[in-house]
Amino acid sequence: MTLIDTLQTSFKTVVSYRIRSLLIILAMALGVAAVVILTAIGDGARNYVINQFSSIGTNLLVVLPGRAETSGSFLGAVLGQTPRDLTLKDAQLIGRLPYVRRYAPLNVGEAELSAANRLREVTVLGSNANLIPIRHMKLAQGSFMAPGTENNAQIVLGAKIAREFFPHTQAIGQRVRLGDSRFLVSGVLTAQGETMGFNTDEIVIIPIDFAQTLFNTTSLFRILIEAKNHSDIEPAKRAILATLKQSHDGEEDTTVITQDAILATFDKILQALTLAVAGIAAISLIVAGILVMNVMLIAINQRTAEIGLLKAIGATSGDIRRLFFAEAVWLSLVGAVLGFLLGQFGSLLLRLTFPQLPAWAPAWASVAGILVALATGVLASLFPANRAARLDAVKALGKK
Amino acid sequence: MIRLTDINRIFQMGDQAVHALNHIDLRIASGEYVSVMGPSGSGKSTLLNIIGLLDKPDSGRYELDDRLITDLSEDELAQIRREKIGFVFQSFHLIPRLTAAENIELPLILSGMPPEQRQIRVNDALQAFELQQRAHHRPAELSGGQRQRVAIARATIMQPSVILADEPTGNLDHQIGAEVMLLLEALHHRGTTLIVVTHDRELGARAHRQIGMRDGRILTDQDNDTH
Ligand SMILES: Nc1ncnc2c1ncn2[C@@H]1O[C@H](COP(=O)(O)OP(=O)(O)OP(=O)(O)O)[C@@H](O)[C@H]1O
Ligand SMILES: [Mg+2]
Repeated sequence: MTLIDTLQTSFKTVVSYRIRSLLIILAMALGVAAVVILTAIGDGARNYVINQFSSIGTNLLVVLPGRAETSGSFLGAVLGQTPRDLTLKDAQLIGRLPYVRRYAPLNVGEAELSAANRLREVTVLGSNANLIPIRHMKLAQGSFMAPGTENNAQIVLGAKIAREFFPHTQAIGQRVRLGDSRFLVSGVLTAQGETMGFNTDEIVIIPIDFAQTLFNTTSLFRILIEAKNHSDIEPAKRAILATLKQSHDGEEDTTVITQDAILATFDKILQALTLAVAGIAAISLIVAGILVMNVMLIAINQRTAEIGLLKAIGATSGDIRRLFFAEAVWLSLVGAVLGFLLGQFGSLLLRLTFPQLPAWAPAWASVAGILVALATGVLASLFPANRAARLDAVKALGKK
Repeated sequence: MIRLTDINRIFQMGDQAVHALNHIDLRIASGEYVSVMGPSGSGKSTLLNIIGLLDKPDSGRYELDDRLITDLSEDELAQIRREKIGFVFQSFHLIPRLTAAENIELPLILSGMPPEQRQIRVNDALQAFELQQRAHHRPAELSGGQRQRVAIARATIMQPSVILADEPTGNLDHQIGAEVMLLLEALHHRGTTLIVVTHDRELGARAHRQIGMRDGRILTDQDNDTH
C-alpha cells in the first residue's frame, strides 16, 4: 500500500466518522488554541508592563534614602527606616559625576490648588527643569524653569488640571494659589494618561525650593538620574553609592535602584508566568491525546471485523498499523492547525477589544502548541495502531 | 495446486482441547471445483482459513503451488493472500462506509496499483457483475444479492488462482443464492480453483468433487461422475 493511498484512505475514514472526528479535532483545537491565546495574553501583559516601565525614562536610576536590609531587595529599602535624609547637596554632588547625563531631585506632596473660583487637592512634584525630560514627560505649551527664570514662582499644570481650571482660557500666564503661595502658570503638560499607576495628567510641578518651603522640609524624597548610556548604568550606580557614602560620613544609608534591574525582574517574572500558563494549557493537549487514544481504541473495537477483512484481502500488519496511525495523525494535524488559527483569531479579538494589550502569541508558543498536539496524538495512537495490527485475522473476521 | 499433509489444528478452550482439524491430508489440483460439507463444528471454516493462509496449522505441511507455506513470514503470507487468494464470506464483509466501487477497489489499493489502472479494473469488474448502476451506493443501500456480487467482485479483482467461499449463499434466499453460485462457477470455468463450504446438499452436489467432514476429519471425498 503506497503512502499516498494510506493517507487518502485514512483521510476518507476520518471524514466518514464525522461527529467522532469533529469532537476529537475540537478537543485538540481547543488545547492548541488555549496555548496560543493564554501565551498571547501572558506575553502581551509582559510587553505591556515593559513598555510602560520603559516609557517612564531611559537609563534611569533612582536614589532613595535608607539602606536595603539585604542587598538587591529594593522592597526593604522602600519600607525601611530613613536613617539620614537625602539633600539637595547630595543631588548636586551626583550631578557632577562623569556617568550622569542629568539629574532631578524630587519632592512629592499634596496641596490645595485654587484659581478662578475653583479649588482642589493636587499632587505636587517639586524638582528642577530636568524632571520633565528624565521622566519622559512633555510640555504641550510653555516652559519650566527656563534659563534665567529658575527662581521665579512658576508652576506646570497636568493636562487635566489645566483643562479643569481653565476650560475656556489660556492657562499660561494665569495666577494660581498653591497652599499659601502664589504661582504663575509657566507650562502645561501633554496628556499622557496613566503609566505604572501614576497619572501625570493630574499633577502640578513647581521648582524644588518652593516645594521644600511648601512642605516645610529640607530633605528629598528621591533623586532621579539619567545615565549617559546603557553601559554607564552600573558604573553610575557604584559612583553614586560611593559619593553618597562619603557625603554621609561613611554611612551606607542610601539605596540606588536601576530601571534596568527592575525591568529585568519584571521580564523574568512575567516570562515565567507565561510559561506556566502555557504549561497548564498544554495539559489540555495531553487530555486531548488521551481522548485520541480512547477513540482509536473504540474505533478498533468497532472495526475489528473490518481489520480481519483487510487481512483476508492481503493487508500486511504494517498496512493496518499505518492506516490507524495515519487516521490519528490526520485528527491531530487538523486539530492542531485549526487550534492555531482559532488561537490567532482569539488573539486578534483580544487585541481589538483591549488595544493597550499587545496580545501576540510568541512564535515558540504556537510552534510548541502544534508540536505537542501532534506528538500527543501520534504517541497516543501508537498503542491502538499496534493493537489493530496484531489482531488475529480469523478471530477478527468472526466478530460482528 | 494445494497440498495439505497431516495438518492439525487444535484450539484450547479452557482446559479442553478442540481438535478442529485432525490429521488432514488433502490435495486439490489447480482449476478444481470442490465443495466442503459437514455438520456444524466439523472444521470446514478452519480448513478454509488454513488454505487461505488466514490461520496457521499447529503441525503438518502446507504447500501452495509447490511453495512450502509453513515457514513464510507474515508479510509474505499477506502478499500471497493478496495475489493468489480471494475470499467470499457468508456475511459479505463489506466496509459499510465505502461505496460498492470503493469496496471492490480495496485489494488493488493494498497491492499498490496506481489509481488510473485501478479505475479501469474496477469499472470492468462493475460491468462484469452488473453493478454499474450501484457503483456509488453503500452496502446498506444494496440488496443481499448485490452485496455478495460486490464481495465476489472484490475477491476476484486481483485475478486470484483460488477462490475460497465460506457459505456464500448462507444469507441469501434460494434463488439469489443460485445466481451467486452461477457467478462463482463462471469463475471456475475460466480456470480458477473454487472451494465452497456449504450446508446445502443441492448446491454442494454441483461441485465436481465433494468433501465430507466430521469432527475435524475428512470422511468422504468423492468425484462427481456427471462431469
Ligand atoms: N478461535 C477458536 N477458538 C476455539 N475454538 C474454535 C475456534 N475456532 C473454531 N473453534 C472450534 O473448532 C471447531 C471447528 O470449527 P469450524 O468453525 O471450523 O467449524 P465449521 O465446520 O465451520 O462449523 P459451522 O458449519 O458452524 O461454520 C469447532 O468445534 C469450533 O468450536
Ligand atoms: Mg464455518
